[in-house]
Amino acid sequence: MRLKHAWVHCCVAVAALAALGACEKKADQSSQQAAPTSSAPTRAASAAMPNDDGNWVMPGKDYASSRFSGLTEITPANVKGLGLAFTFSTGTTKGFEAPPLVVDGTMYVITPFPNYLYALDLTKDGAPAKWVFKPKPAAAAQGVACCDVVNRGAVYSDGKIFFNTLDGNTIAVDAKSGKQVWRTTLANIQKGETITMAPLVADGKVLVGNSGGEMGVRGWIAALDAGSGKLAWKAYNTGPDKDVLIGPDFKPYYAGEKGKDLGVKTWPADGWKIGGATVWGWISYDPELKLIYYGTSNPGPWNPEQRPGDNKWATGVFARDVSSGKARWFYQSTQHDLYDHDDINESILVDYPVGNQRIPALLRPGRNGFFYVMDRRNGRVIAATPYGFINAAKGVDLKSGRLIPVPEKEPKSGRVVRNICPAAPGMKDWNPAAFSPATGLVYIPHLNLCMDEGVMEANYIAGTPYVGAEVKMYAGPGGNRGVFTAWDPVQRKPRWEIKEDLPLFGPALATAGGLVFYGTMDGWFKAVDARDGKLLWRFKAGSGIIGQPISYRGPDGRQYVAVVAGVGGWAGAIVSANLDPRDPTAALGFVNAVKDLPDKTTAGGMLYVFRLPR
Amino acid sequence: MYSGSRASILIGAALILTVGACDREERHSRAKPLAENVPAGQSPDTVYPGGAPMPPLDPRATAYERNANALSQGQQLYMQMNCVGCHFHGGGGMGPALMDDEWRYGGRIDQIAASIAEGRPNGMPAWRDKLTSDQIWQIAAYVRSMSGQAPKDAVSSRADEVSNTEPMTQTKRETVRSADAAQR
Repeated sequence: MRLKHAWVHCCVAVAALAALGACEKKADQSSQQAAPTSSAPTRAASAAMPNDDGNWVMPGKDYASSRFSGLTEITPANVKGLGLAFTFSTGTTKGFEAPPLVVDGTMYVITPFPNYLYALDLTKDGAPAKWVFKPKPAAAAQGVACCDVVNRGAVYSDGKIFFNTLDGNTIAVDAKSGKQVWRTTLANIQKGETITMAPLVADGKVLVGNSGGEMGVRGWIAALDAGSGKLAWKAYNTGPDKDVLIGPDFKPYYAGEKGKDLGVKTWPADGWKIGGATVWGWISYDPELKLIYYGTSNPGPWNPEQRPGDNKWATGVFARDVSSGKARWFYQSTQHDLYDHDDINESILVDYPVGNQRIPALLRPGRNGFFYVMDRRNGRVIAATPYGFINAAKGVDLKSGRLIPVPEKEPKSGRVVRNICPAAPGMKDWNPAAFSPATGLVYIPHLNLCMDEGVMEANYIAGTPYVGAEVKMYAGPGGNRGVFTAWDPVQRKPRWEIKEDLPLFGPALATAGGLVFYGTMDGWFKAVDARDGKLLWRFKAGSGIIGQPISYRGPDGRQYVAVVAGVGGWAGAIVSANLDPRDPTAALGFVNAVKDLPDKTTAGGMLYVFRLPR
Repeated sequence: MYSGSRASILIGAALILTVGACDREERHSRAKPLAENVPAGQSPDTVYPGGAPMPPLDPRATAYERNANALSQGQQLYMQMNCVGCHFHGGGGMGPALMDDEWRYGGRIDQIAASIAEGRPNGMPAWRDKLTSDQIWQIAAYVRSMSGQAPKDAVSSRADEVSNTEPMTQTKRETVRSADAAQR
């Protein structure tokens, strides 16, 4: 995996020079080391990760976004017997990314557009539906959703289910009756805004962000009062400090994030008004620090020549005070993004060992290919290590926090840059990793894709794509398009890896029983041993899997595992939207990498729930 | 783009010399002028109750579809108006594929022009107020050429993009069902 492993604090310039010589090899590791590694494992951040009550009330399982189930009935020893308990057809054929939720004997399933919300009665044989809520989003919203009409999940809190609709509404539904409690319109499809992310409820607020980084929208995150749906605060991710809610409390760690109105000054005139930096991914919450953590998307347009500057506050992570929305710190992982390397990926909250101490940390498997360990109190990067093949960056300078780019890989108009790794969907796209405090490992389902890219001037027309790039993706070194990596965040290297032929576009689930579950785009749902990655069980679903698996304790006291199959998303749009494989640029170039997918799976939407035999 | 249309014109000139006439370059300059509009009523592929025939093909169809200049202008507009951002070079993305043999709202050029002008309910924007009718017909002609419907000597031999799509002279002609029957 690695060229070498330096243990000492090392001069970054020397490391960069060493990497310069290795043009097609992996980014050099030696620039990554700041703090010495510890022999102690990573631990759960206890306040954000309470003991498992058998429910699954939010997509990340807990505020730490661990995607870890504390249930232990299903183990490597008995998983072979896992069998179907019941199934449920969702009535949809688009990419299904959302996890089911389980709250005290009821399961809630939110579908892709048209965003049906089903409640299934787990206390009855076969789990019949109790009710379905149909929010009837505007059909036109489908035309401004960049990468399939997905929904990434609902969330339960205090008797209500909260979710977002593709056409830009946040809705609260009474969990018992299925009746709407409130509905608040936040996004405007006429400007190209949609909402696909799963909200998070923290401190009595529903946190929601927009999608549309490919449509020239201006990114924001909003907090709604959970009881009334009224706007509590809204923070933009570009523009003047007052819009971004940057004030005296804002204390970023690195000098590059300091200065007045960087959300304006790091853009060409007015570029920030249509500059992306949306919030379509994941939010975590530290109940002790009262801070939320979320990443921002790519800046727009993709063509970097049209937006000289660092493009704050795109492609980075914000820490904000949950009650006021005021920014506490920001860290930009990718300055002046060249490749659509959004930083919206999950932030996993852990207690991370540094020397003899433990610090509150964020673990972030980044889209740009680096696995970031950050101090979540101040945004300092403790380590940034490649977890796959990178040739588009040489490393991360831990003094300045800046990504070290590779000039010959920079897209310029009039030429096509070949073999950029990782490709536009990054080392990992939206699909979150799971963290097991039992093993101390982070289980990352991710991609091994490279691309050719050419850029041309993008023309801004509200409500239409604002991209200015032509992309063609293909498999990276080795030919496998997906990798499942068990990453040791302390040793900063993989414990084990599983190469997958197709891109991995679905999230992972880890359990205290010692298993890890994930799905593949040709429909295999797999259970592997959390310690060594050995395949122990698999089930062939009717459609490819990009959905989040969960585990819960049923009303009968037994452990269940659930996942929804339904191929789609950016990677699977070739099937769910019936795209033509002869055009290598189709679906922003992803089609070229998955031309064989229509031969391997078909569209669908089916919930599968498993348990051990009695 | 320019070299593409220049090349087409050169080929056209050569053809004029040898054949003496070239119907793709015919501009109908002395013919009765056609009204510059996209018919609002031109419906998608549909059933006509009572056995009424499908409306005949709009007479402008051939004027645009067999005209290298119109196809070339259509290609340029397809890029500039961001059609490419949804449909890419015919493979589709946010919007459906345009190079295949499936047409949700009809594959006849006047049906495509109507789809562009009026928009369609599952996300296709309505361009009537943003483009002239002439431009809409040009884009419709270019869209048809993606599935090989335009004559090979009229399409541009170079794509207006930086990647590696096949030149349109290599595009396979797909069968456009039912709606295409009226066009022969």
